[in-house]
Amino acid sequence: MKRRIFLKGSLAASTLAVAAGAGMLTPKSVLAAAWPKAAFESETEAEALQAFFGTSDVEQSDQVSIKAPLQAENGAVVPIKVMTSLTGVEGIAICAIKNPRPYTTSLRVSAGGGGLYSTRIKMGQTSPVHCYVKAGGKLYMASQEIKVTVGGCGG
Amino acid sequence: MASTKMKIKKSKSGGYEVMVLAKHPMETGLRKDKKTGEKIPEHFIENMEFAVNGEVVAQANLGTGVSKNPLIGVGIPNAKSGDTVTVSWVDNKGESDSAEKVVK
Repeated sequence: MKRRIFLKGSLAASTLAVAAGAGMLTPKSVLAAAWPKAAFESETEAEALQAFFGTSDVEQSDQVSIKAPLQAENGAVVPIKVMTSLTGVEGIAICAIKNPRPYTTSLRVSAGGGGLYSTRIKMGQTSPVHCYVKAGGKLYMASQEIKVTVGGCGG
Repeated sequence: MASTKMKIKKSKSGGYEVMVLAKHPMETGLRKDKKTGEKIPEHFIENMEFAVNGEVVAQANLGTGVSKNPLIGVGIPNAKSGDTVTVSWVDNKGESDSAEKVVK
């Protein structure tokens, strides 16, 4: 069974690569970067930022705002919304600092995209959540502490 | 098996906001099967792309830290009424799904 899944996965990946090579995916290939594996596997925040944004110089900004609960009843589903009034947004990332792998999710934005990203994340324990926005080549952040009553990793 | 729902609403800050609800287990690879005691392998959405009239405007990278049945919202400030919004995702096993909707 596992072998079958593996074959299916690798087959899909190879057909995709062929299609991309033949230029069949032209409208999508502009932004269709690979999944940032290095960032997701980093165990520290700085490493992840370096891997995803290419920089870890961060500036606090009040132009980045987070809409999230102060206290999450269920750590398995914590709604987070990042908004920014900055222009020229290139990317948005969310890190839950005390998770085993802090880098939770990110959004790559191309021209015509907006400074809004909302998602629901898992949190193992009470932790600050850092939200990063890259705009105009610079990295901005905002953070909020979210209390978690029941952890949502594993179990 | 897979189902993806999409909703487009007007954003307060102008433009539109796309909300996508993808049905997906988002397994972390750390959880154990209660009956067999074996680890459930990782199974999560990796990339989700948002396109307006065929042009990709945003790509979300998801990991195991995103909740089950992810609900993802993305702003599309330049979309107009009548534009077609397409969302498609691929997971780490190569499974994929997509949804399409016209902006009202």
